[in-house]
Amino acid sequence: MKIMLVDDSRTIRNIQKNVLKQLGYEDIVDAEDGVIALQKYNEQIPDLMIIDWNMPNMDGITLIRKIREINKTIPMIMCTTEAEKSRVLEAIKAGVNNYIVKPFTAESLNEKLTQTLAKTGLSQATPPAPASA
Amino acid sequence: MDVRYINAFVRSISNTCETMCQLPVTVGKPQIKSNEGPGTDVSGVIGFSGDAAGCVVLHFSFDVASRLATKFAGIEITPDHEDFADAIGELANMVAGGAKAQFDGLDISISLPNVIVGENHNVSASRIAPRIVIPCDTQIGQFHVEIGMEIGKPKSLASAETQGAAS
Repeated sequence: MKIMLVDDSRTIRNIQKNVLKQLGYEDIVDAEDGVIALQKYNEQIPDLMIIDWNMPNMDGITLIRKIREINKTIPMIMCTTEAEKSRVLEAIKAGVNNYIVKPFTAESLNEKLTQTLAKTGLSQATPPAPASA
Repeated sequence: MDVRYINAFVRSISNTCETMCQLPVTVGKPQIKSNEGPGTDVSGVIGFSGDAAGCVVLHFSFDVASRLATKFAGIEITPDHEDFADAIGELANMVAGGAKAQFDGLDISISLPNVIVGENHNVSASRIAPRIVIPCDTQIGQFHVEIGMEIGKPKSLASAETQGAAS
């Protein structure tokens, strides 16, 4: 499964990447704003996207609306500091499948990812076995 | 500034540091800033607009900022690392966003983060006064959070007052 991470903070993308790799997801692409994400989407065709809200050039909510115009089924998870109910409802209306509020833990990212994959019927990765001594 | 809003920042500072950096924070008594005082080395700035207008600034020494960024990112991040400002900016973003979420009934937007790096600098006060300083103590050292903000009335309260005046 190919996962695309979209966040203007490289630190956040790296944290998310590390968590996902620990969970067994190796095929990860990333983008620093909505414009680049849209370009990469057309080249890479990811199976799932994790998207920040506040980004330069094109924000996450606009990106989600644009992706939904061309793909009705790809699972999208918003990961943002925007925690108000009104924002969550706006994101759901735009087409997200799940919502993570920053700050987040590895456990909460895993939980939301698992929920989203279960709802959309995509298969989960198998976490890598611990290295033997 | 209403104590409820100051407490929203206090809770958000603790939540951000504990969740993202596994770093408990002892938050001191918020104080009104009386003068510029000594400068700091690293400042993460987030602007607020809409029903709350102003900014929140996280102030650090180089040493504390490096240690905090390292805990956050999970790799060593010194001030000359390419992700240093990014990490500090994202922490400021989380503190501001976490507080904003607790401002019930207010429609607020926050800016993208700006990070100022330079030995012993000051971030000049805006027209908004007074500024509130929240001192924070951790096992990696001290930092402080400065808030300068004018906050409007929650929509529910303003609406109730309008209706009351009309009746």
